Amino acid sequence: MKQLVILSGKGGTGKTSICAAFAHLALVGRKPLKIVLVDADVDAANLELVLEIEKQESEKFAGGAVAQCNDDLCTRCGTCVLVCRYEAILTTDDGQITINPFACEGCAACVYQCPTSALSMHQDIVGTSFFSTSNLGPLFHAELRPGQENSGKLVTLIKQKARLYAMDHDYSFILVDGPPGIGCPVISAAALSDLALVVTEPTMAGIHDFQRVVKTITHFHIPIIAVINKFDLFPQGVGKILKLCQELSIKVVGKIPFDSTITEAMRVGKPVTSYQPTSPSSSAIKEVWQKIMKQIGAIEDG
Amino acid sequence: MKVALTVTEPSLDAKIDPRFGRSAFLLLIDTDNDQWEAFTNESINSPSGAGVKTAQFVVDHKVKAVISGDFGPNALRALQSACILLYLYGKCVTGREAIEKFKAGQLQQVNLLDESD
Amino acid sequence: MIIAVASGKGGTGKTTIATSLALSLALNGSLPILFLDCDVEAPNAHIFLKPELAKKNSVDILIPSVLESKCTLCARCSEVCQFNAIAVLGKKVVVFPQLCHGCGSCMLVCPEHAIEELANNIGVIECGLTAEGILFVRGMLNEGEPMPVPIIRRLKKLISPQKNQIIIIDTSPGASCPVVATVQDADFLILVTEPTPFGLHDLRAAVEISRAMQIPAGVVINRENGDSLELEGYCHHENLPVLMRVPYARKIAEGIARGQPLINIISDYQNQFISLFNQIVAALQLKNE
Repeated sequence: MKQLVILSGKGGTGKTSICAAFAHLALVGRKPLKIVLVDADVDAANLELVLEIEKQESEKFAGGAVAQCNDDLCTRCGTCVLVCRYEAILTTDDGQITINPFACEGCAACVYQCPTSALSMHQDIVGTSFFSTSNLGPLFHAELRPGQENSGKLVTLIKQKARLYAMDHDYSFILVDGPPGIGCPVISAAALSDLALVVTEPTMAGIHDFQRVVKTITHFHIPIIAVINKFDLFPQGVGKILKLCQELSIKVVGKIPFDSTITEAMRVGKPVTSYQPTSPSSSAIKEVWQKIMKQIGAIEDG
Repeated sequence: MKVALTVTEPSLDAKIDPRFGRSAFLLLIDTDNDQWEAFTNESINSPSGAGVKTAQFVVDHKVKAVISGDFGPNALRALQSACILLYLYGKCVTGREAIEKFKAGQLQQVNLLDESD
Repeated sequence: MIIAVASGKGGTGKTTIATSLALSLALNGSLPILFLDCDVEAPNAHIFLKPELAKKNSVDILIPSVLESKCTLCARCSEVCQFNAIAVLGKKVVVFPQLCHGCGSCMLVCPEHAIEELANNIGVIECGLTAEGILFVRGMLNEGEPMPVPIIRRLKKLISPQKNQIIIIDTSPGASCPVVATVQDADFLILVTEPTPFGLHDLRAAVEISRAMQIPAGVVINRENGDSLELEGYCHHENLPVLMRVPYARKIAEGIARGQPLINIISDYQNQFISLFNQIVAALQLKNE
């Protein structure tokens, strides 16, 4: 079983559009490849917008817990306020304890230090994970309620569900659409991947974040390849990325032009390779996919 | 010796569960007499560090070797600290198959030296 | 006054808008401007504001360290840790720094006082002045570290309630806890979006945050191209004022790619940003009445 994760560092470089195109190409290729799809960007899950999905199963997701104070037991000693390192515990004018759920880290230090056991932890349902069928394969995705923590845990959960599904139903490939950034959700999305494709754009910001995400993934020993999206926007940027990749021994598997058909395809809810197979971006993405197939094959052969 | 396996159901003939930290069940078997017992993995609901918690369970039960599909970096470190040997399922489908292969020395051992940061 | 610029979806133009807003205010007024780049995973505002970074402070989480001579392996520390970051494994207590939130709970409960705390570096905060006199501060998470929030919290602590200072905060994409930590206590939230299905979908999550945290919000539509009917309809329905529109233009995209602030690409935009600011001031005055 092989797993490819698509990451970027910077947001908006085109991960989801490219992921959907890959899923489409895998299905219609000469040797169709059965793929399980994972949308690991649980804050902003967009992959379903370019697939035709039917939700089959959902499961509530409980995140970390938040502290709550039972005013009847509280003696207003203020110990919890002193203990909390996150400024999540506040007192009102008359000394009543209130907890800011957005700031509460869920550490329970206050619970263990409270002399009257007035504080306790409460787990909230903070999101939902879904299993859906789609025109391009089974999709594991999730929604995290805005403002919540533990997006990394939710990513890990849906990836594990995908893995089990792939094992049970004889799928040999898992394709993960990753989130932007370099923190915990990205690390969770990348975990156990055989290959990471970094989608970069040749802008100054894109190049800066490319370096950071590459350093992060390298830290976790995952092989990396790169694709340059919107390459015609900034020719000097392309040169810079190519040079960086050479220094870091990262293979650049393609360059995709800045193409409005990608947005048009998004509007009609289709991958660009399905919407307009002959557009410049579709042709470029096809070449990239073929190279990736060879690369994954290369990993298989050791 | 005591060996732990990660399985999807509480039985030796159950399908293996590839994940260590969040596997559904942990099956502990004594390879000297083939007596086994399955436990629900409580770590599934941990907000983080499920691998550590599962490792702790394994250590507390005096397990000497663990067979699973994947070990995350925290689980690896936790198990390494307790000097527990780690093996991979490879193509094994059931727990029974994995234990037979383990006894025959046919399972791949995880080389802990490879996993340093 | 604290104005945070967020979006939901990545790549909509938060940094573009935030930096040009700060520049326009600095060039056309006398109020001191503080710019906080709180996108600590992938900070980019420095590319457009070009500050001379003068000061660097490390951001550390306090991680427990066990004094083996005092430890009785009672495992009380492990019992209280909600993150499984400390565990008694065999005859050793093992700490997992990447799981640790630095809460100090284990240290407090240890009956033998066998736990001390050591600083574990997770990132840096840097500051400096731009040519226009904007005080620029940014945070950067070390690659491989999972948690951005401690750095964001430290950045926010730098905000002292200075009268008449304008604080502009650039946030990370998404709608989960780093964004919440960033926008907390903001007076106004500018939500930058694009008229695409992805943009609208993710805008909803950002709007939910503004509602949950009771921060008034307004929308800036970036890369407008005549196809924003659905988006405008949504904003109208949600009572979200559309404060500014930037059209899609290849010239703008190319300039941003080169690291040029929007107001340098098209100088007329300075007036638009001043107008954007005035609309926010007016909205807040109305709110306070």
